[in-house]
Formats: sequence, C-alpha cells, structure tokens
Amino acid sequence: MSVNNVAIQETPMTQIDFEKVKKKQRTISFFKGMLFLLPSIILFSVFLFYPLVRTIYLSFFLTNAAGETTVFIGWQNYVNLFTSPIFLQSIKSTFLFVLYTVPITIIISLFLAMIANEKLKGIGFFRTVYSSTMGISVAAASVFWLYLFHPSIGLLNMVLKAIGADGIGWLTDPNWALFAVSITTIWMNLGFTFLILLGGLQSIDSYLYESADIDGAGYFYKVRRITIPMLSPTLFFVVTVTIINAFQTFGQIDILTQGGPVNSTNLVVYSIYREAFMNYKFGSASAQAVLLFIIILIMTFLQFKFGERKVHYQ
Amino acid sequence: MTMPISKKIIFYILLIISALVVFAPTLMAFVMSFMSNKDIMTGSLPTSLSFDNYVKAFGQFPLLKYLFNSLIVSIVIMLGQLILSSLAAYAFVFLEFKGRDVLFYVFIATMMVPFEASIIPNFHIIRDLGWIDTYQGLSIPFFALAFGTFLLRQNFKQIPKELREASQIAGMGDFKFYLSVVLPISRTSLLTLGVYGFLTSWNMYLWPLLATTNDNVRTVQIGLKQLQTQEQLNDWGVIMAGAIIVVIPTLILLFLGQNKLQKGLTEGALK
Repeated sequence: MSVNNVAIQETPMTQIDFEKVKKKQRTISFFKGMLFLLPSIILFSVFLFYPLVRTIYLSFFLTNAAGETTVFIGWQNYVNLFTSPIFLQSIKSTFLFVLYTVPITIIISLFLAMIANEKLKGIGFFRTVYSSTMGISVAAASVFWLYLFHPSIGLLNMVLKAIGADGIGWLTDPNWALFAVSITTIWMNLGFTFLILLGGLQSIDSYLYESADIDGAGYFYKVRRITIPMLSPTLFFVVTVTIINAFQTFGQIDILTQGGPVNSTNLVVYSIYREAFMNYKFGSASAQAVLLFIIILIMTFLQFKFGERKVHYQ
Repeated sequence: MTMPISKKIIFYILLIISALVVFAPTLMAFVMSFMSNKDIMTGSLPTSLSFDNYVKAFGQFPLLKYLFNSLIVSIVIMLGQLILSSLAAYAFVFLEFKGRDVLFYVFIATMMVPFEASIIPNFHIIRDLGWIDTYQGLSIPFFALAFGTFLLRQNFKQIPKELREASQIAGMGDFKFYLSVVLPISRTSLLTLGVYGFLTSWNMYLWPLLATTNDNVRTVQIGLKQLQTQEQLNDWGVIMAGAIIVVIPTLILLFLGQNKLQKGLTEGALK
C-alpha cells in the first residue's frame, strides 16, 4: 500500500507500469497454481464430477445393456424404486445394518482404546493387536467369518452344539443373516476406529487427570467428567465415518450372502451393483446411487456443521 | 503417579481377554491354514501341521500372479496419490492466486461423493477407454485424493514461510523448492500417506471386481474370492492359506507403521 502511495506522488507513469507488472505477476502465479493443481483437478473431473453428473442424468432414463440411454422417463425410476418392495427392503436393511453396527463398533473400540491408553508395560503389543483388523482386507475378513458361520463345520455352531444348543443358520436364516454380516463388519471396523479413538485419548492433556487425582476422583468419575467430554470431537468424527462406511458396505455382502436370504442383506451398494451389473438396468441403479449420494451428503454435512468447531480446515 | 497392583492386574486381565477375542478369528485362520482337511471337518484340534495347504493354494491358483498384480496396482496408486496430493498441497500452502479458496472448497466437496455412487459412469469410462483388464484402469481413478491433500497441507503449513522467501531471494523456483526443500522436510507425512494409500489400495474390492475379467491383472482380493467360490471340495485349509497370504503384507506394514499411521490419521481427520 505504502509503495502505491509513493508511486502516485512521484510520477503517474510508474504507477501504470507497476499495475501492469502486478497484473502480469498475478497471471503468472495463477498459471503456476493451476499447474500444481491441474493433475488433481483433471482426475477429479474425469472420475468424480463427470460421473456424478452422469449418474444423475442416467437416473432419468431407461438404458440398454451397454449403458446408453434409450428413453427419457423423468422421475419414473425414482417412483418405481419407492414402490418396489425389494428396494424398500434394501433401504430398511441398510438402516438396520447402520443401527446394528455403528453403536456397537464405537462402544467396543472406545473400551479397547481406554484400556490401551493406560501406561502399562507391554501396552504397545496390545495396541498392535487391537489395530490389527485394519490390516485385514474385506475379502479375507469375510472368508474368516464365512467359516465361523458355516452351518455344520463352522466354529460358532460347533460351540453351540457342544453346549447342547441348536446350531444357527447364521447366513441362511433371514432372521440371522443381517446380524451375522453386522458381526463381521463390527470386527472389521474395530482396528480403524480403535486407532482414531486412541489418538483422541492421547491428545487429552494429562494435567486434567492429575488434578482430578489430587481431588481424589475415582476412575469412572474421570471417564464421565474428563474422558468423554474431551473426546467428543473425535467421537463425533468416528461416528460419522462409521455411518458413512456402513452405507458403503459391499465386500462382506458379496462374499457372505450375495444379498440373500430373501434379500435380507441386500444393502444399498449391493443393490446398485446387482441392478447395474447383473440386471443391466443402469437407469434404475443410477437412481439408487443418487439416493445413496444424498444420504452420504447429509451425513457429511452434519459432520461439518456440528463438528465444525473442532474441524479446522482453514 | 503409579497404579496400585490390584488395579494393574484388572487392566492386564481386561487387556488379555480383549486381545484374545479381537485376534481370535485371525489366529484361527492362521492355525487352520496349517491343518489337514480331516481335522477341520471333524472339528478336532490340529493333529498334524504342514505347509500342504499353501503348496496347494499356489499350485491350483495363480496366486503369485495375483500378488504381483496387487503389488503393482497398490504401488502405482500410492505413488500417484503422493505426487498429486503433494503438488496440490503445495499450491494451497505456498502459492497465492485468484480462485485458490474456491478450489479448496472444490477439494472438500469431493470428500462428499462416495465412489460407490458414481461407479456406473466410472465403469463405462474405463470400458470406453479400453482400460478394462489394465493396470491403469485399476489405478488411475484413485490418484486424486482430497484426504491426502489435507494431510500434507497440514504438514506443509508448519514449514516456515521465511524458508520460501529466502529461497526466492536465492532465485529458486517453486518446483525446485517443492522438490528439494518441501518434500524432504515432510518425508514423515509422506510416509504416513504412503502407508495409508498402500493399505487401502491393497484391500480394495468393488472396483477390481468390476474392472478385471481375467487372471492377467486380477488382484489378490478378487483372487481370494475366486479361491473361495471355486474350491469345490470345501477345502477350508487351502482357502485360509490363501487368506493368510493376502493379509500378511498389510499386517506387516500396519505393525511397522502403526504409530505414524495413528498420528497421521488423527491429524488429517481432526486438525
């Protein structure tokens, strides 16, 4: 600013030159910035923004097996979905699945993170074990549990029979299948959720606990009054991420149940996959994808809105 | 402050029981992979242990090929993410230009689009490019990563601005500064992001299932599904051997990088 003022006082000519140079510099720095960002922008455009727009577009059409649009049908795909018992079942199963998996994942992970946050000898070993499921892929985890749930030779039914109970058709009984898939998912999610919560616990200032100790506060009092409140931003983040992940569940379903029995585990992403790549109804599948996008959008928005005090991106 | 012995014992008991429960499925799979099919079928404890299942798994399925494919795809995705994220993060931290803030919000917005919701056009794009059954089809769609950009941006911001000013006086251009100063300083964060990228790529399932149709480029996760569905005799020992082979690289990576990963993920998530 002061440089500008000096320039005006001396000669108008330098003022103009100065502006010109500044403008040129701005153009150069703009191109430089774009050069650094261009690779990301191009890929986001091709594999994210364009497909998103295209999905919305497709959801208003009927398509052929190659995925080309044939007939514009407006909102009909959406109308069909909301009158289709299979899709309504899929939505119901998805929300039930979220309800089964999210709270239990958080409670178990929080428990693990709290006992693994104590300063004890060998604690590193336990932390490694608890985070281990993060390194286990969805395909491998599903195979592990596919055996555990096996009706005759699976470990769970063997244990049940050993104690005199009847075996359960974990993956074949419509009343149990979603529950079984949920157990698998909870186990798979533990590692990641545990790591994040442990990080949150470790960032709580230790003087809070020290002063509580001086006041003679008990363990559970400290948990209630210090740990949970101080951890709330992390908890909030973990809840949102777990919910979003639950809505995106696919691999477990594909290996364990293929959406069955009688569509009881046909979660929304599996339903999209089936509609698009088995039935070749890309329009209807796109309408489902748009609904999935809206659900995730709302979840992310809530995360930003209510988590914003602690989520600093700027 | 030291803990009383009684409290210590309670914690150790809880820790050990929890560890057994959490690790049980993995441990079970590991033991089963060395057991004979007869022992598994009758539900007895292992009477003999051998590498037979591994020999069979490698003999009957192109597991080595699958492993190689997964390795290539994961490394390529990891490198792509590191390069693109660090370039973008550099622009957001060190360059000032018009529209930067708008672009930053565009990057945030990408986090709201789940890949699953745009999978249909993505599949058609890859198909129309002729990229089905190719490494580029499996990797390039995942190069741009908003999470990675945020993680590195957070780290780059801690580099003193004076360093850039000094380098400017010395006549150093932006790209040179990025290569010779910023990247070496941030190698810890780059490593964290690299481990994260490798883990998630190695474990990817839905996209490789769609984008591969033959064994030449099929990744090990889809290979495991093949192993599980084609294993006619219900030979669980062989299936578990396959599963153990699939998880060993990621488990090792996780054990080595656990501390850094935890720190990095928490920072990327909450700061």
